[in-house]
Parts: sequence; structure tokens; C-alpha cells
Amino acid sequence: MEQLIAYTIIGITTGAIYAVAASGLVVTYTTSGIFNFAHGATGMLAAFAYWQFRFGWGWPAPLALLMVLGIIAPLFGAAIERVVLRNLRDASDVVKVTVTVGLMVAMIGLANWLWPPASRVRFKGFFDGQSVELFGVNVSWHKLIALGCAIAVALALRLFLYRTRLGVAMRAAVDDRNLAQLNGARPAVASMTAWAGSASLAGLAGILLAAEVGLNIVPLTFLVVSAYAAAIVGRLRSLPWTFVGALILGILEAYTLWANGASWFPQQIGNFTTAGLRSALPMIFLFVVLIALPQERLRAGAIRVRERAVTPTWPMSLLGCALLIGFIWSLTGLLTRGDLLLASRGLVFAIAALSLVPLTGYAGQLSLAPLTFAGLGAVLMGYMPWGGSVVSLVVTVVIVAGIGALVALPALRLQGIYLALATGAFAIMVTILVFNQANVFRNGVVEVPALDLPGLDLTQPNQKLVFLAVAFSVLALCVVALRRSRLGRRMVAMKDSPLAGATMGMNLTATKLAAFSISAAIASLAGALNAGKVTADQFAWENSLPLVLLTVVGGVAAVSGALFGGALLGLNSLLAAAIPTLSNVTKVLPGVVGISLGRNPDGAVPQIEEPFAPVGRHLPSLVIAIAGAVVLRLLTGPVLSNWSFTVGLIVWVLAVVPNLPGILSGDVPIARRVTVAVGLAAAMVLAAGVNWGTVLNATGWRLLVAILIIVGAGLTGRSALDATPRTPRESPDMVGIDRDFSPAEIAEVDRVLGGVR
Amino acid sequence: MLEVDEVTVRFGGVVAVDGASIQARSGEITGLIGPNGAGKTTLFNVITGVQPSTAGTIHLDGTDITKLATHRRAKMGMSRTFQRLELFWTLTVADNVRVAAELARHGDPTALTDELLERVGISHLADEPSGSLPTGSARLVEVARALASTPRVLLLDEPASGLNESETLALGALLRQLTADGLAVVLVEHDMSLVMEICDHVSVLDLGRIIASGPPAEVRTQPAVIEAYLGVA
Repeated sequence: MEQLIAYTIIGITTGAIYAVAASGLVVTYTTSGIFNFAHGATGMLAAFAYWQFRFGWGWPAPLALLMVLGIIAPLFGAAIERVVLRNLRDASDVVKVTVTVGLMVAMIGLANWLWPPASRVRFKGFFDGQSVELFGVNVSWHKLIALGCAIAVALALRLFLYRTRLGVAMRAAVDDRNLAQLNGARPAVASMTAWAGSASLAGLAGILLAAEVGLNIVPLTFLVVSAYAAAIVGRLRSLPWTFVGALILGILEAYTLWANGASWFPQQIGNFTTAGLRSALPMIFLFVVLIALPQERLRAGAIRVRERAVTPTWPMSLLGCALLIGFIWSLTGLLTRGDLLLASRGLVFAIAALSLVPLTGYAGQLSLAPLTFAGLGAVLMGYMPWGGSVVSLVVTVVIVAGIGALVALPALRLQGIYLALATGAFAIMVTILVFNQANVFRNGVVEVPALDLPGLDLTQPNQKLVFLAVAFSVLALCVVALRRSRLGRRMVAMKDSPLAGATMGMNLTATKLAAFSISAAIASLAGALNAGKVTADQFAWENSLPLVLLTVVGGVAAVSGALFGGALLGLNSLLAAAIPTLSNVTKVLPGVVGISLGRNPDGAVPQIEEPFAPVGRHLPSLVIAIAGAVVLRLLTGPVLSNWSFTVGLIVWVLAVVPNLPGILSGDVPIARRVTVAVGLAAAMVLAAGVNWGTVLNATGWRLLVAILIIVGAGLTGRSALDATPRTPRESPDMVGIDRDFSPAEIAEVDRVLGGVR
Repeated sequence: MLEVDEVTVRFGGVVAVDGASIQARSGEITGLIGPNGAGKTTLFNVITGVQPSTAGTIHLDGTDITKLATHRRAKMGMSRTFQRLELFWTLTVADNVRVAAELARHGDPTALTDELLERVGISHLADEPSGSLPTGSARLVEVARALASTPRVLLLDEPASGLNESETLALGALLRQLTADGLAVVLVEHDMSLVMEICDHVSVLDLGRIIASGPPAEVRTQPAVIEAYLGVA
């Protein structure tokens, strides 16, 4: 009985902390419509800041609290709202989620950077060591304070939202932003206030929790999952239900802890230990709540976008794949063993990123678990009784596709962020309950057998690299075929307007299920084809996030975007390996790139492809482009080294070729054309003339320089001669409304109407 | 034929539709008119299963479809357009129609798509991205898409708003042709001259209730209708 009371009190106080965090989440979601994945990370950063003031610099607790919760956190929250999120109101769910996940990744990187693990000392709670007896049980002052904070927050929020002018304005902004604005409320102020307050609430929860779980980045960031689970009980809107959800979760966790210590509780189920069960409980709870939620109604109001989803054509896709395989093939002779392995890793990431193209790019469903499915693929492949045979591979892919469908199940009837949440919870659950099992990754590794293919030895790094390039290409072509098929069109239609899709007879559940299974199958190949020893941390949930971010930034609606995302993530780890001093920057980088998406929701790759379009339409340029590449190839051996060929080819393709139409036939003045032509010729001589093989010989550096040249050449190709000024397509409905008529348009109207001018 | 019987929809304390009954017979155009906020679009949402009703039943050719999912009703031959356009904005005009044709699984989708674009008069826009269309053309894409699922009952929510006079006339003629082939049409429209000209039957909805019903010439003279529209008895 005493134990029951003790664990109930632990549960209630833990629940109180969750309630504080969850209420912050609800406040921002209801006022700005953005679900903040970075909420837990905000609390984590606040706990670290508090630690710095209180224990690092020895400030008294009230002063440190005032500093963190009263000044730093609100300013931080308001700044995020103002700088990053304000323009996202009308963005798609995928973009909204990506940007806040980007914030989360950047914050985790920042904390690792500012407070390296070695520098952390013990975090003490309020009135450390002092307790009071309650119902015959000793309860620490800290826990009582946590409870008090939750009650105070509940009362304060109630008063604020119902009794103050600003609070009422905030609630009005939820119902109808424009109407609220007409009535004199200022939604911008309301939204900024909400984010400032929410950051303080996250901070309070983070500080309270840090005393219980220690000053560790991951458990504190996990706070967000518990807060999500609680907030979802309140359907992200109702504060009272959110508090109820938080309390239930806290008590459940405490009882699991209790049961875990009891003699009747199985410590092992089969070969699996149950030790991770308690840490996974918030995710399990979230899953169950998502299943129990009533079906969401289809909403009208598909976002009208001007961009056209370009259907990939076969010639371009085949050409791209041939180029990729050729490029990788030419690399194998040049790279050291270490470089080969690093490059393979980039391709493995690219295959995992490819799994997002049908799911997110076509069907509009976001998954935060691509590497989790890859990890399941690796583990299953490693334990298949048929070794490296094709049978093992097929069985592995089928099983993971099935698991993918199972994961989608709870969120199938729901949309947008709920699905992202379910996949995120699944990723954490699998990381804790499967990948961290000592029985799964024995001594931390699983040996993935090399696929038995006649004439191939995939244990050789160079063969493996080319094989992965071919595998990516084949899968990419399958994804292109999917996009051109009925199912592919149906997926895009579902993304654009689920409401219209259902009214036309589309079974949304079946379509989502298909998208999820296909995606999981592709991701499993990223694990199963990556022969060799793999470690559990490669597939940890937090590693999926940068991959998702970079792929969405690359342009998740096209297979080239997946290549971009995978290559960029590979490059990021390359950068960390080559230049150790930059490793802190590389931790923050993917997050920052994700945040930048707010400005360019289409991704980067469409912009990269753009300069090549005029070349295809201009026959002389096309002939010269191909002839130049052939000449370079013929010169290799007698005149040029292999490295010079590679670098020369990069500069030729990326910098010279896009400018050819402009130089040959542009409307640009002749003097400028000559200047550009001479400059490009000089760049070619430099690129092909230097013997790069002897200039650079350290592992990592060669690849890095090659990539830097790619970026530089790409930029030159875009900007040297602006032969095709872009005129964005405007809807006739909008012309003259969102901007003034241009003189050309006025002249056109005059001409059509027969006016005198 | 479609029979909507005593349907009521409540949002909390607000009654959006209050015991409304309408019928749509094959070969006829049924007009559904009424002031803004009368509940016309809500009634369409209930008929297509997008919005659950609080009370009442809906039958399609004698089958009770009140509880059926939206996509199953579509498979049974119900189709609609949206007042606030709901195109598949990133797809081309042709692909918008083709998706619906493929879902319906009647005959060759490509041929059906070409035929419908021709019939609605937008075949010159086939390869345009639908997101860049003016409202009038986008409405016609909605009509073509709704027809692509080869419906027996077609619900049109203000299809003529945004169309010019000649396009409106062409749409009216098309609807007459379609009903001659046996289609049942329910038309929500604010263009009264179109409604009066092509409808066989008109129901007037005000504050969620059907206040008048009958041939257009009869309905337009009823005092209750004039009051609902002009606010005078």
C-alpha cells in the first residue's frame, strides 16, 4: 500500500511536468497552426542554460530561474516565431513539420556544441535532499514544486485565455484569423506572445525534468514525445484534456517502473529484455492514443499552388542514371579504400532518401523513420537463414513492407502531423526496444551478408560502390515508373486534395497504405544491400531527421532530390571526418538547412536542373557539349590523368554546357559573351591541367575538393550568362491584384482592346 | 435516383440543415437555390458523405447510403464539383480528369479524358498545369473531372460562377445534353437566369429549411421565396 502511494505520487508529479510542457504545445498549435517538434529541445536548451547560471556560475536559484524563464526563453520563442515561422502559415504540412524538425536538430547540435558531455556535472533539483512526509511516504520538495507549478500554470492559462484582452484575441485568432483581425485583434502579436510563453513553459518543464532524469540531451528532448502524447489526448486543442492525458501518462510510467522492479514481472520475453519498456512507454501511449482518436473529417481548402508537379520523362531519367553510374564508375579507380566506403555511405543514404519520394513527394505523407526501416532491413538480412541469397533479400523486403503498413495503420485515418508523429514514435520505439537490445546487435554490430550475385564480390569496396550506384538507379527508375502509373497519379491527387480524391471514388486508406509499404520496402533495401558490419547507432531515430530534412530541401518530389539529400548527408559526415574542427558545425548544419526551407518550399534540385533546359532545345550547343566530353575522354591517358579528367568533366558539364546557348546565340552583348567564353575556357584549362592526384592525396580531401568544384561550377553555370530570364507563371486571377500591372501587360491589354497608345 | 429525406445537420447549437428533403430524378435538372449561408453546400457535403448528418436518410436508387463512406458513394455513381475549387493543383488539366476516369474503371481512361475535355470545351488546355488556370476554366475542369467518374447523379456547386456569358450558355446546353442521356443533376447556382432556364424543378433552401419546391415558374412567384431573397413579405 505504501508503495502504491509512493509510485502514485511519483506518477502524478511526473505527469505534472508533462502537463506543463504539453500546455505550451497546445498554446502554440492553437494560435499559429504550427505543431512545434522543437518544443522538447527548447526545454532541453533551457535546462542547460539554467544549469549554466545556477551551477556553472553559481547564481542563486530564483535569479537563474528569472533569467532563463523570464528573459531568455521568451525572447528565444518570440525570435523563432518572428524569423522562422511567421511565413509558414499557408505552407503545406510537410514544410511546416520539416522546418520545426530542422529547429529541433539544430538545437540538439547546438547543445552538443556548447555543452560537450565531459563538461556536465550533476544537476540538482530545488531544495535538493529535503523532503516532507505525505501519506506516510517521503516526497521531495522538488516533486511538490513540480506539482505546484502545474497547478499554477493551469490556473494562469485559464485566467489569461478567458479574462485578458490578449488571451481572448488569441482564442479568436484560432477560430478565424482574418475575422479577428477585422475586429481589431492583432494576430501577429497574439502569435508571438504564444510562442514566447510556450518557450517559457517548455523551459520550466525542462528544468523540472532535468533534476529527475539528469542533464542529458536525449531524455530531455524526449520530453516532447510525452508532451505530444498528452496534447493529443486533448486533440491539440483542449487544455483540460491535455492535463488529464499528462497525468495518465505520468502514472502509467511510474507503475511500469514499479512493476519492472517486482519479482513477478518478466525481465526477459524470449531473447528480449524488458528494461527499455519504461523509456518506450510514452511512444506506446502516443501510438494507442492515435489509434483511439476519432476519424478526422476531410477538410476543404486544398492549397492552390502555381508549381506544376513535373512528370519525369524516360529519356531524362535514363540519362541521369547513366551519368550517375558513369560518374561513380570513374571514381572507383581514383579513390582510396576509405574514400570508397564514405562514398558508399552517401549512396546508402540516397537509397533511404529515395523511400521518401513516393511517400512524401508523391503522396504527401511525412515519415520521420526512413533509417529505422533501413535498420530493420539490415537486421533481418543479417539474421536470414539463407545468407546472402536473393531469397533472403526478397523475404526481408516483404517483411519490412508489411511492418511499414502496420506503422501507417494507427494514423491512416488521420492526416499530416499525426502521421509524422506516429512514424516518429515508431522510430524511437524501435531504437529503444529493438536496436538497443544486446541480443540484436551483438557487441554493437550486425554483419549484413553481401548479396550473392554471379560475377560480383560485394565485399570489395569498389564493386560495392558501383553496385550501390546501380541499385539506386534501378530503384529510382522504379519510382519514376510509379509516378507515371495510375497509382502514382492517384498519390499526387491525394496529396493535392484528399477531399476531391475521396469524392471521385478514391480509397484514401488503401492509397496511403500502398505509399507506406512501397516506401518501407525501398528503405529496407538501404539496409539490406549495405553489406558489411553495421552498428545500431547508424539507425538511431535521431539520424533519420537530418536525412528527412536534407531530402525535403533537395526536392522530395523528384528522385534527383533524394540523391541530393543522401549525398549532402554523406558530405556532412565527410566534412566532419576530414576537418575535425568543423564537426560541431556539421551537427547544426542539417537543422539550419531544414529551417531555410521556409523560404524555398520546392527544394533545391528543380533550380539546379533549370539551366540545362535551354541546352536541350539548342542543337549546336548539344553537339558541342557531347563533343567536348568525348574529347576530354580521348585525351585521358596520353595527356590527362584520371583525376584531371574527372575534374575537367565536372567543370565542362556544370559550368560550360549551361552557358553554351547563351554564348552561341544569346541576346547578350557580344563583349560580355566573349568575356564569359574566355573565362570558362581558362577554368577548363585550370581544371584539366592541374594534376589533382598529386596535389591532394589525403583521404576525404579529394572527395571534398571534387564536391566543392561541383558546387562552384554549378553556381557559375547558373549565373555567368543569364540567357533565359525567368518569368514565373501567374494565374490570370491574380494579375494586378497582388502586384501592379507591368507596362508590357498594359500595352497588351491596350492592343487587345484596340485602345490608343 | 437520389432521395434525401428529412436530413438535419447540427454544429453544436447551430442547425445548418433542418429536416431538408429533396429528390433528383434521372433525366432532370433539380435546382437548389437560396441565400448565402442557407445550408446548400452543407447539404451537398452530407449527400456525398463528407459531413455526417445528425438525422435523416439518403437513398441512391433505392439503396440506403446514409452511412456509406465517401469513396463508396462515388463508386455507386455519385459525383460532385466544389464551390471553393478543389482541383489536384499540381497535376495537368488532363491528368485531373484522367485520375477520376481511372478510379471509375469504365472503359479507356485516356479516350474518356480526351472526349470530356472536348465536350466541356477545354481540350486546348489539356497539358496546362491546373494551378495556373483562371477560375472559369478551373470550374470547367471540375465539371469534366466530375463527369469522368461516369456518374448517375451529378451535384454541381455553383459551376457557373467565374464563367462568362457564352461559357455559361455552353454549360447550360451541356447539362441539358447530359440529362437527356439519363443523368440526374442537382444544381446549386446563384445565376438565376441559368437556373430558371434549364431546371425542371427548383427547391429553395433558407436557414436550413426547404421553404418552396416546384417548377421554376411557380417557385419564383411564391411570397416565402421573395421574402427569403429580398427580406420583405
